[in-house]
Amino acid sequence: MSNVFIAFQTTEDSRPIVESILADNPGAKATESPGMVKIDAEGSLTVKRTSIEERIGRAFDLQELQVHLITISGHLDEDDDEFTLAWPN
Amino acid sequence: MDMKATKKLGLKDRYRNQTRGLHWDTTYQPMDEVFPYDKYEGIKIHDWEKWEDPFRLTMDAYWKYQAEKERKLYAVLDAFNQSNGHLNVTDARYINAIKLFFAAIPLHEYMAHRGFAIAGRQFRGVGPRVACQMQSIDEIRHMQTQMHTASNYNKYYNGMHAVHHQLPRMWYASVPKSFFDDAITAGPFEWMIAIGFSFEYVLTNLLFVPFMSGAAYNGDLGSMTFGFSAQSDEARHMTLGLECIKFMLEQDPDNLPIVQRWIDKWTWRGTRVLSLVAMMMDYMLPKRVMSWKEAWEIYFEQNGGALFKDLERYGIKLPKCALQGIEEKEHISHQLWAGIYQWNFGTSVHSWVPSDDELDWLSAKYPNTFDKYYRPRWEFWREQEKTGTQFINTGLAENCQVCQFPMLFTEPGDPTTLCHRETHYKEERYHFCSDHCKEIFENEPEKYIQAWLPMNQLPQGTCGGGTLEGWMEWVHLVPGQDNGNFEGSQDQANFQKWKGQVTGNN
Amino acid sequence: MQLDLQAITLQPLRHTFDNLKERFGDKPATRYQEGTYDIQQNYLYHYRPTWDPDREIFDERRTAIKMADWYKFADPRQYYYGTYTIARSRQQEAADANFQLALDEGLADTAPDSLRKLLLTVLLPMRHVEWGANMNNTFISSYSYGTAINAATIFHAMDRLGIAQSISRVGLAVGGEEILDEAKTLWMDAPQWQPLRRYVEDTLVVKDWFELFIAQNLALDSFLYPFLYTHVSKEAGKSGSPFYTLATTFQKEWYGETSRWVDAMVKAAANESAENKALVQGWIQAYRAKAEAAVTALAETVFAGNTAGVMAAINADLDARLKKIGL
Repeated sequence: MSNVFIAFQTTEDSRPIVESILADNPGAKATESPGMVKIDAEGSLTVKRTSIEERIGRAFDLQELQVHLITISGHLDEDDDEFTLAWPN
Repeated sequence: MDMKATKKLGLKDRYRNQTRGLHWDTTYQPMDEVFPYDKYEGIKIHDWEKWEDPFRLTMDAYWKYQAEKERKLYAVLDAFNQSNGHLNVTDARYINAIKLFFAAIPLHEYMAHRGFAIAGRQFRGVGPRVACQMQSIDEIRHMQTQMHTASNYNKYYNGMHAVHHQLPRMWYASVPKSFFDDAITAGPFEWMIAIGFSFEYVLTNLLFVPFMSGAAYNGDLGSMTFGFSAQSDEARHMTLGLECIKFMLEQDPDNLPIVQRWIDKWTWRGTRVLSLVAMMMDYMLPKRVMSWKEAWEIYFEQNGGALFKDLERYGIKLPKCALQGIEEKEHISHQLWAGIYQWNFGTSVHSWVPSDDELDWLSAKYPNTFDKYYRPRWEFWREQEKTGTQFINTGLAENCQVCQFPMLFTEPGDPTTLCHRETHYKEERYHFCSDHCKEIFENEPEKYIQAWLPMNQLPQGTCGGGTLEGWMEWVHLVPGQDNGNFEGSQDQANFQKWKGQVTGNN
Repeated sequence: MQLDLQAITLQPLRHTFDNLKERFGDKPATRYQEGTYDIQQNYLYHYRPTWDPDREIFDERRTAIKMADWYKFADPRQYYYGTYTIARSRQQEAADANFQLALDEGLADTAPDSLRKLLLTVLLPMRHVEWGANMNNTFISSYSYGTAINAATIFHAMDRLGIAQSISRVGLAVGGEEILDEAKTLWMDAPQWQPLRRYVEDTLVVKDWFELFIAQNLALDSFLYPFLYTHVSKEAGKSGSPFYTLATTFQKEWYGETSRWVDAMVKAAANESAENKALVQGWIQAYRAKAEAAVTALAETVFAGNTAGVMAAINADLDARLKKIGL
């Protein structure tokens, strides 16, 4: 199964996002490089709105991810609650 | 007819209502006249409604998030400029990497803006049209944030003052120029495969991620900031490219051979353009992030591999040129920097022979090739420099008719022989750097015979009268300032002087 | 006590890029200038477009007007992407606050029938007109000459998409997807909408981009916007509900700003030469009459016997505007 990945700028705002991704996706692995953190996962990876909201204590719109994103790999499916990257086979 | 209906609508339905719902089939004018350009390439689309919107941003959210990004970016840029942040870079040699970037990229981001505007007008389907328009305006953003970052560097360093004049005129600038000219003169579907898919999806990570990490490693906060900020839009763009190729392949099996040919063509053309990045990563960054070979392995072989494996279900095969790319990852950066070095009287970047620890780094990163083929050459050239007989190549190399690089890449399987291919077309002989460029030519000879080749023009006197001095004036290259060796350059002296001014008391 | 915080001042080698120095002298350029002037290439193209093989990639001949310098189409607002998005996000935020207030006050649910009818029969089908305006401005951005005009027109195109979406949200709030479908049926079939739909569709096949600029951004919009956001808005207020006004504040402010830019473009073209002026005048004449007729057909459904008065007021404003431009 191929890896998907997502990378964020390393900022105060992206930290809870990265934390919730790592908590929600067992097996996901984060790699830090200057200014950037890249998370790799086998097959698929999901970002959950509620999980981020728990960490930041306020409502979060998944489209806010746009502000911090650097790059992604895999097919994207996004709705109000989840943002999922996957290679279907 | 009450509000509850609205509240129940999820993101997908809200987006659909606010975009797809806007469309109607025209009746006062035939649809084929309203959309005259989405059939002539031979791509068959039966149902535009099958298009899946990748990101579902409406304009209110777009303005909000993009404005937030812009506020952050310009705050950093202002602070960077006000505090003379350029003096915090590792070493003034680094600035040559961004000179190359600013010469090659922002004006082509602009070309991407125009190309996506065309696609954003000409596709019959609403979904792709809106996504292309959004990308079109994003590309203006990228061009402008890059020009705004370049602005302050241009005030203090040479070689960037004439990027506008040099875009059509400078011999190496014609490499990316021919790439974008080629893409924008194609139809909207090929444009999407060329830029939306091959460049944005398969190759863009190789440009931005290593380059921006390079900026971060080398203390260039300004470039790092615009780079990562621009890259946040790329996630949207990559998704568009991927959606587009899936859509084309799912619509009709007859599309497969056309799409495959475009993927083969544009992966190769993109790989050739990215040789410039390879050279930058391996030679121009004083503090290295990773080698070109490593970046290629992560972003092309692994990530691109996953992508092509996924596309197998449609019958898409890994582009033929990928094998040559895999072999060349060990060579191209060395060959290209050697080219820049020997023609550096005609470049608006400075060049240099790598230092000992840099040679060691290259030996370690390229155990299969560097000591065998390239290190001895650099050591020899360094000796020559010491004795005042630096190797300057005043001969003009032929340009490849397709990618427009001078012939400086070597034979597959034989890194000691320059690769050269040729073909005859309508009584004329045409030259190529590789089998892949030759094949691209042979598929569309009428297009590529139009190419404007800088090396062919020089002796004809169309570029400043035929003399070297005339040519330099014509390309706005100031001899002794913009070109030549880094060692002894004005940039080097100024950087040292200014660094002393801000850290010392004199 | 004085706090003296100062960065060292270094002597720059130059103040700007060669192209800007040639235009404005060696002085620091604005971000608008740096992000706009001479960004589009203008010669030594490598290949002819497969979609227009008789012309170059960027070609001055895609309009009949001629300019010695296409950067006379500089944007008086000096919008580059950053200032543009920041301005729009502010306007959007203010407009959202109004709209949200209207929703919180239940104004969408309690809209009187007369207002609901006005929304359905006049405002909501306009989202299709905005979509046409988006396509037309994307066309202009694609085929016009010089970064000044084509950057501003893609911004404008996105504005029109934003407005189309904003109108859609009004529809969703008052009547869900059903009311948007009803509005579309009116757009497609109702007799009073057909002159306008014909006008929009006819502009979708115009090939001269400056002609299209006149047809869409000057001729049509100068009837449409005052009609919808001044006169119909006033009429909607008679229902006793402020919903219509609160739901369309973005358009009103936006039009005030945008029409000044439109005027500056038309003025730049017309002032260039007598030939340009004649062309511009010819286009205005041709499109103005059709735009007026299209909007009149709608106005009659709203203002009945007062239609002539409303149209006269709109015409008078347009005359004053054209006079100011010198036409």
